[in-house]
Amino acid sequence: MNKFWTVLSHTYITKVKTKSFIFSTLITLLIIAGLANFQTIIDMFAGEESGEIVVVDESGVYTEALQQSLAAAEEDIELVPFDGTVNEAKVAVQDGQYDAVVELTENEEQIFDATYFANTITESGNQMIIEQHLQQLKIAIATQASGIDEARIAEIYAPIAFEAVALDESAKTEEELNQARGIVYVMLFVLYMTVMMYGQMIATDVATEKSSRVMEILISSAPPITHMFAKIIGIALVGLTQIGLFIIVGYTLIRSKQEELVGGVFELFGVQDTSPMIFVYAIVFFILGYLLYATLAAMLGSLVSRIEDVGQLTTPMMMLIVIAFMIAIFGLGAPESTFVTVTSYIPFFTPMIMFLRVGMLDIPIWEVALSLGIMVGTIAVLAYIGAKVYSGGVLMYGRSGSLKDLKKALVLGKKEK
Amino acid sequence: MTLVLKDVTKRFQGHTAVDRLSLEIPEKEMFGFLGGNGAGKTTTFRMILGLLDSSEGEISWNGKPIDYDNSHLIGYLPEERGLYPKLTVKEQLIYLGKLRGMKKQAILTELEYWLERFKVPEYMTKKVEELSKGNQQKIQFISAVIHKPKLLILDEPFSGLDPVNVEMMKEAVIDLKDQGTSIVFSSHQMHHVEQLCENLCILRKGTPVVHGSLKDIKRSYGKKNLIIHGDIDFGFLKNFQGVSGYQKGAQGCKLQIDNEQVSQDILSAIQGKGFVRKFDLEEPSLNDIFIAKVGEAYE
Repeated sequence: MNKFWTVLSHTYITKVKTKSFIFSTLITLLIIAGLANFQTIIDMFAGEESGEIVVVDESGVYTEALQQSLAAAEEDIELVPFDGTVNEAKVAVQDGQYDAVVELTENEEQIFDATYFANTITESGNQMIIEQHLQQLKIAIATQASGIDEARIAEIYAPIAFEAVALDESAKTEEELNQARGIVYVMLFVLYMTVMMYGQMIATDVATEKSSRVMEILISSAPPITHMFAKIIGIALVGLTQIGLFIIVGYTLIRSKQEELVGGVFELFGVQDTSPMIFVYAIVFFILGYLLYATLAAMLGSLVSRIEDVGQLTTPMMMLIVIAFMIAIFGLGAPESTFVTVTSYIPFFTPMIMFLRVGMLDIPIWEVALSLGIMVGTIAVLAYIGAKVYSGGVLMYGRSGSLKDLKKALVLGKKEK
Repeated sequence: MTLVLKDVTKRFQGHTAVDRLSLEIPEKEMFGFLGGNGAGKTTTFRMILGLLDSSEGEISWNGKPIDYDNSHLIGYLPEERGLYPKLTVKEQLIYLGKLRGMKKQAILTELEYWLERFKVPEYMTKKVEELSKGNQQKIQFISAVIHKPKLLILDEPFSGLDPVNVEMMKEAVIDLKDQGTSIVFSSHQMHHVEQLCENLCILRKGTPVVHGSLKDIKRSYGKKNLIIHGDIDFGFLKNFQGVSGYQKGAQGCKLQIDNEQVSQDILSAIQGKGFVRKFDLEEPSLNDIFIAKVGEAYE
């Protein structure tokens, strides 16, 4: 047990101290900080413009109505009536006095035509806002002219109420489904990223120890299985440290920014008032999923003797997680299909797909228990084979990179005890 | 604290790497373990360390099999460098020392002692990849002995070292032996083995071809070397009765003769033929024995 902790803490400390870990963590934290302050950053750059737009209005009656309409919608555009001609206004824009000119000309059928002049028309934000408000203004004027009450107009444009209701009593409500979908999404991405990043890290770490030949000394001091699991858990802790940091920093930043944003983000992922059971499932499936893939990664890492070969051998593992991810994305739209049901029992897909089914459907508990049982069984088998391959594989040098080596390593690692 | 190998055999698919090897290495003994390339030395070491299981036979140390319960009493210096290139000497040794059951403070004390002894105290905080090959070897050696093992396996300990450092490390090895460590020593440098080991064994294709004390081995080998310098054409000695080897030198020749008596026959044969400056009868070197015994395998 002592040696287990020694390997674990060594793995953890050396990994956390590496430059790549510090940099990737810092950069991600910066990105999180950037996203949290997105609005502030945009405003900072947008602030350079005056935001003043002049209106050349032949009739002289629409400008005020447009100003009111913009003010009511709290748009950040300042409209200024212009006394001169359109050409004078255009010159003023070219001189940089104003951002743009809106010319309103009276028209018998359309009530009025509008032309928008600016130095460049690449930034479509203001154009669209003004177009929208002019459209509203026109509708208001037209309806008034034909004697229809404005309240009626609002009724006509109001969206209809549409609600889907499941008849099966135990089926999830639409609201619950949305929440589940959100959590499943988060889980899919986190698991996918974790396996991709930390699975690769485990395989590389093992291969590094092997190629530097320090492995022989390590496994003459501590049993390979102790070494392997200490490494897997040590790297899991590195991952938790990183993800934990992201969550804490992200949460505090969002928190300090705007209270309502917190609700918004959580609503987006549907994490508000969900049953705690789904979180228990998420944690269980995540841990088992990580262990399954990590064991596989450690085993594959022990088979290569040069770090360059790591990618080659871990590709099949990466394919597995990508396939699982793709089935899961498909399954979000059709969780009840036979295909999804069947694949949810395949241990490499279970953490994603069974979790998806648990979240989206009403699954009898025995099905979940069965899939968990299969996973635990597979992990045990993989750990057993992994330890054998590991103790044999770490002694194998020379050209490597094929799964044929697996058998060779198994024979080498066979303990006749 | 005796290491006993009894009829140890290791088979890999199809071929036998070690064949019925029996050895006994008592305490305070340095045992020379020689063999050509691929003779099964490293496989034997791995079996002693418990990294590989033997197909047949038994390995015991002090009457017990070697496993992870007594691995803290064993030190191993592998033939190739086995260190983390990116870690400093200090980090490295603390980790490896802890795995051998040491406490951090004890490791630091020992590490300082050894670095001082090898005259490289400034390497404490250097990364291993920054050190030269010879200096890495010193660190590798320290990692094998820092926990004061009772059984030490040294596979080519002097490779990459200059003569000064070789002497320094030899002293260290002898000190360890005197303190009661059993040492298994493997080297291709025969003069090191001759100097350090009383008992040895030469492996050929996994089978011991020579085994015993150095003196006995030399005596039972029988053949001797005869070196003659002089202004004579020694060519005729090539086919002389009892001469099994002939090597022409700049000032004369070097002969391998079957026994001491042959030298006297040669002495009378060359008498009167010219001026003889040197006539020297030598014990065979371990090098000669090695070449003779292992070389047969290649013929």
